[in-house]
Amino acid sequence: MKYTISILVENHAGVLSRISGLFSRRGFNIDSLAVGVTDDPQISRITIVVNGSEYMVEQVEKQLNKLIDVIRLRRLKQNETVSRELMLVKVSCTVQTRSQIIDIVRVMDAKVCDISKTTLTAELCAETDQLKLFCDLLEPYHILEVVRTGTVALAKGDDVVTA
Amino acid sequence: MKMTVAQAMVRCLEAEGISVVFGLPGAAICPFYDALSRSSIRHILVRQEQNAAHAASGYARITNKPAVCIATSGPGALNLITGIATAYMDSIPLIVITGQVVRELLGRDVFQEADITGSCEPFVKHSYLVKDAASIPRIMKEAFHIASTGRKGPVLIDIPFDVQKETIPFSYPEQVQIRSYKPNTIGHPGQIKRVITALSKAKRPLICAGGGVFSADAQNSLVVFSNKTNIPIVTTMMGLSAVSPNDPHNLGMIGMHGCAGANRAMNSADIIMLIGARVGDRAIMSPMGLAQNTSIIHIDIDPAEIGKNIETDIPLVGDAKNILEELCEKSEKLHFESWYEPLRTKTHSSYPPYAGYIRPQYVIETLCAHCAPDAILCADVGQNQIWAARGFNIPNGRFLTSGGMGTMGYSIPAAYGAKLAAPDRQVIVVCGDGSFQMQMMELATLCANNIPVKIIIMNNGRLGMVRELQDNQYGGNKTAVFLDGNPNFVALAQSYGIPSVCVQTDTDVASAIDTMLSADGPYLLECTVSPSEPTL
Ligand SMILES: Cc1ncc(C[n+]2csc(CCOP(=O)(O)OP(=O)(O)O)c2C)c(N)n1
Ligand SMILES: [Mg+2]
Repeated sequence: MKYTISILVENHAGVLSRISGLFSRRGFNIDSLAVGVTDDPQISRITIVVNGSEYMVEQVEKQLNKLIDVIRLRRLKQNETVSRELMLVKVSCTVQTRSQIIDIVRVMDAKVCDISKTTLTAELCAETDQLKLFCDLLEPYHILEVVRTGTVALAKGDDVVTA
Repeated sequence: MKMTVAQAMVRCLEAEGISVVFGLPGAAICPFYDALSRSSIRHILVRQEQNAAHAASGYARITNKPAVCIATSGPGALNLITGIATAYMDSIPLIVITGQVVRELLGRDVFQEADITGSCEPFVKHSYLVKDAASIPRIMKEAFHIASTGRKGPVLIDIPFDVQKETIPFSYPEQVQIRSYKPNTIGHPGQIKRVITALSKAKRPLICAGGGVFSADAQNSLVVFSNKTNIPIVTTMMGLSAVSPNDPHNLGMIGMHGCAGANRAMNSADIIMLIGARVGDRAIMSPMGLAQNTSIIHIDIDPAEIGKNIETDIPLVGDAKNILEELCEKSEKLHFESWYEPLRTKTHSSYPPYAGYIRPQYVIETLCAHCAPDAILCADVGQNQIWAARGFNIPNGRFLTSGGMGTMGYSIPAAYGAKLAAPDRQVIVVCGDGSFQMQMMELATLCANNIPVKIIIMNNGRLGMVRELQDNQYGGNKTAVFLDGNPNFVALAQSYGIPSVCVQTDTDVASAIDTMLSADGPYLLECTVSPSEPTL
């Protein structure tokens, strides 16, 4: 099972290493981790996607909660969450393949953000499974590089995680 | 008022009521030492920094308040780590102060730079690398608060040399404001009700008390609750001495090396109240099996302990003392038949005397019979620890040991820490010949400060516990367990000016113990134990 956990933390040095250290030390597997400052400059928000059992995710939450820098933590419910991930993909692109690749980009609601004689770089911001599909479709054209931000997510509606 | 950060730190320690600290200086912590020397705080100079952490840990175990240890940057700080981790595993509140290289050079691998906050990350409750001089009063205040509340533990303050010398306006904050840290101490009333309901349906309830009972100062409340309800108690090794061995409800210590009666009680109970016990693998070897046959009530201040090692029917997060008092109030109608007979198993020295050796069980038995009724017994790690724990029988005594980490070399520094915290109580160390040699430099600390700690070495010429493991599980292939280069322990002690004798037969034990206990200063008693003496 995949679980998404949203964590508000104090925005100061060392916090991220405490959190990532805890994961490796206790043998928790992280699928993705995304960090950024919030509207309050003293608070950062970390979104972690973990893969494991209910027991494991409960342990993750309890251990995270023990860290002094963790202000608030919430497990987001799968169907009541908006989640996005940003990916940049660079593919080989020749005169012959260019229009085919651009078709895929259009169909997937992605964008071309850079183009050269031999390459094309596209960006896609979507739910994580869409990113996988996009990669699969571009695979035959030879993917040169991929970078992803990791999932960010918020609960739907008026459900808010605040400090 | 304006003063240097070093002076401010000393003022903070004074404000927290600190009267003794343990440490060993170096260049990077000199400004702090300079300020410390001008205060009324007593500094105990250890001979290796690990022992400063153990000594502070022994002190804190007795006072139940944070105790302070200090080291310089780099190697000094690194030497502390084993002691910090030992305290962390047993939830002991420490304030650890380390010097650090100057801010500007951090991260450049300069002389005696070590990333101590990074290295200690898994072993501290929290840590600070102080970069802003003005924040030191707040940090000190927070550190004491964090170390001593919730689940207690060590807090590290790493302070660069140049920060120590900066001048700041000083005032010690009255309160702490940490928005993310609000430990829950009061048990949830709904859960307390569920506990009472579950108990009222039980036939064979049992309390399993761990080290958390000490952290919560709940020894009395525990006894009152047990007396009132007639629920018997077993303890883990960390919980040993939370209840008097004379208490008719005390069934003894559970676990791998516990007593059969206590383990049997665990397996026969229909409901077990775990109180401040984290279900460590040495205490409860098959928590799965236990939880299948028994209802588990788990009382702990740390929510993360609940469900970690054992499935729980009723979790109850909060301070053990609060909760026990609350339970006591709500349990008027609870009074159980004495279901466990005999309620107490008497421990006997099970092995006949042999020529040329003393029986360690007999030494512990005699010691407990001859020492003061409130003596503190500080055991090291190995066979000596198990002999001491199983034989522990001091009516109002205290048993100290490194339960979670099992750190050899713990006992002597922890003992003198305990002695300084409780100068009126007898403090006795039981250690092995191996573990003694991991801490023997501390004899000098005992001498220099004339701390009258009594040391018993169980000399079996072996790393006995490992020897036994090799005998039992490695076909007798004994390797790297022969302590061939052992010194003459009596002569060694005497070279420090510490009186010492060696006993080799049971008949000499009682008088040797009396001599030891009546000596004014420190004393070392060596007992010759058979190399093949079993643990159990
Ligand atoms: C620092 C440390 N190193 C190694 C061990 C592993 N160990 C556990 S018991 C033991 C033997 C201890 O020997 P000694 O102190 O002579 O005690 P005995 O078992 O002989 O009573 C060892 C090596 C340990 N617990 N701690
Ligand atoms: Mg030995």
